[in-house]
Amino acid sequence: MSTKVTLNKQTTGEAATEDVIIDVRNLKKYFPIHKGLLSRVVGQVKAVDDVSLTIRKGETFGLVGESGCGKSTLGRVILRLQGATEGEVIFNGRNIHEMGGKELRELREEMQIIFQDPFGSLNPRFLVRDIIGEPLRVHRKMSGKEIDERVVELMEMVGLDASRRNRYPHEFSGGQRQRIGIARAIALHPQFIVADEAVSALDVSVQSQVINLLMKLQKELGLTFLFIAHGLNVVRHISDRVGVMYLGKLVEVGETETLFAAPLHPYTAALLSAIPKPTPGRRQERIVLQGDVPSPANPPSGCRFHTRCPLAQAKCSQVEPLLEEIMPGRQVACHFPLVKGDSGGVN
Amino acid sequence: MAEKLLEIRKLTVGFVTDKGLVKATDEISLSIRQGQTVCLVGESGSGKSVTSLAVMRLIDYAGGVIADGSIEYHGQDLALKSQEEMRHIRGNRIAMIFQDPMSSLNPVFTVGEQIAESLRLHQNMSGDKAWNAAVDMLRTVGIPAPEIRAKQYPHELSGGMCQRVVIAIALACKPELLIADEPTTALDVTVQAQILDLLRKLQAELGMSILLITHDMGVAAEMADRVAVMYAGAIVEEGPVEDIFNTPSHPYTVGLLQSIPGFEGERGRELYTIRGTIPPIGQLPDGCRFHPRCPHAMDICRQKEPFDFLVGDGDDHRAACWLFEDRPVALVDGRGGRDEVKRA
Repeated sequence: MSTKVTLNKQTTGEAATEDVIIDVRNLKKYFPIHKGLLSRVVGQVKAVDDVSLTIRKGETFGLVGESGCGKSTLGRVILRLQGATEGEVIFNGRNIHEMGGKELRELREEMQIIFQDPFGSLNPRFLVRDIIGEPLRVHRKMSGKEIDERVVELMEMVGLDASRRNRYPHEFSGGQRQRIGIARAIALHPQFIVADEAVSALDVSVQSQVINLLMKLQKELGLTFLFIAHGLNVVRHISDRVGVMYLGKLVEVGETETLFAAPLHPYTAALLSAIPKPTPGRRQERIVLQGDVPSPANPPSGCRFHTRCPLAQAKCSQVEPLLEEIMPGRQVACHFPLVKGDSGGVN
Repeated sequence: MAEKLLEIRKLTVGFVTDKGLVKATDEISLSIRQGQTVCLVGESGSGKSVTSLAVMRLIDYAGGVIADGSIEYHGQDLALKSQEEMRHIRGNRIAMIFQDPMSSLNPVFTVGEQIAESLRLHQNMSGDKAWNAAVDMLRTVGIPAPEIRAKQYPHELSGGMCQRVVIAIALACKPELLIADEPTTALDVTVQAQILDLLRKLQAELGMSILLITHDMGVAAEMADRVAVMYAGAIVEEGPVEDIFNTPSHPYTVGLLQSIPGFEGERGRELYTIRGTIPPIGQLPDGCRFHPRCPHAMDICRQKEPFDFLVGDGDDHRAACWLFEDRPVALVDGRGGRDEVKRA
């Protein structure tokens, strides 16, 4: 435990000059599995299992991993849209999982979320004006006229035609709807936004428009993003730092460029090599992982990746590796990280 | 060069509405040779899936009609065949796999039965023989313990395994042509890599042709011999994969490739965007269908729809764009395929 505490200090050490906005400490989220007539709890799905990370003010932290790895759950627990089983989420110095009603209500103004599905995340019976204005109505004492002015301002900020505010969501295209979701998220001047697969459902040409918008808003409003996505190309483009999750665990964290250039964890390496690249003729040697992701209800012993890891050794199935900083700014949870050259690694 | 297996000529597929025929594809021409992989790429609503459904003649069931053009397969026009005749081709000579593996399998039959069904139907195999062949097929697509898996239901299998089962069903009768409509879109990247490897391996073993439909330029670059780019119902550019990616010519293809994020050392840079959005079918602009979004639009683009022109040095890379009119290229008569190319 003591090593972990110092580790936290180390990782934040570099960031101490910059402000840490989110500090996640040993966060766990388990979902009970009920069975039978009496709904006895027969097990736990360990969706997020002992994850610690820090997000600095003004940065974009990319979170990647395959479906079911717990990245969306982590995002939701960080916002306290779901309670934590254990652990803390420190937002600007306060643990949000200990907050009471009024405090929590104020917190909601500071943290927002943009969802994946531009069709499911907007109420089809609300006018766009009401969708974007709803947070203002709930949190601010503003007159109808003031709200309307702010809605016009917000719509112009996200590149929507404000004269269409008296229309319903179905009259907008997927990309436009995602802009509506973004306008709603920034309405209350939040500091921190979780973008959960915010551009995954969009076509490439629309996706690039929305990515540009998110980057522009971040610059203008000084936003901090937790950018959750399975599309690694998008994450690479937008993130300052990237965290890789596998079966509820954070297996690697690092600066985007260095992580993509030389991954330390074998899973990260496999994930990166699996991205199809738009360059024909250079079909690079690819690490194809065998099998599927094991069930998070019954994760493998030791390192959770050992069942699919091409480099697994005896130790991996017995001892669980901890997320440790093995070089400045780079953390990895692996007994045999893929370190290059003389850094003392096995490979 | 291998023989042409499928030749689509000036195919127009549409849907009949109160306002008349709405064209989902507009005189598209495309050919696939034996053993070749042709990728049809484009964004949602560009007509990729409609094209594949038309080749299978499943478009009839989706409420669409083949309004014009031909689909030649071994010299026979599939567009003129009856559904009865198509049933002998479909699943047997031409097979198809869809995007969502979970919903393309029947939840109340074991996966073994579902594979055996097509063998019994098309190859007149007996029950036992078909079952054994089904188990073999599961082994071929890389499912561990196939004897056990064959007796399981789709819900007992993961998404990647289900897609392998769907591929096993499609390939059970050793088709000459496999149409794969976004076969990996619903899967994670590591599983996608497995499935793409599997398709390549099986293609090499069976010598089949693949028409792969995808929106992912990365998948196209990796799998294709030839790439056809669709925009708003038309093929705007078509050629060998290296030409399409190394020297893209149509402004739409250029824009599509430039707006892909994730290249090394470009983090945080403003991404290239194609302004505007794809027009809905039935509301196409006059002239070139891309001109309202095109950075190079000229007067002629607003007035007259472009023909296919040859681009580059070879004679197998075409683009439907007026920019190439005054280059040393040949004019294609109408919106024809490469057969109809006449040197200007």
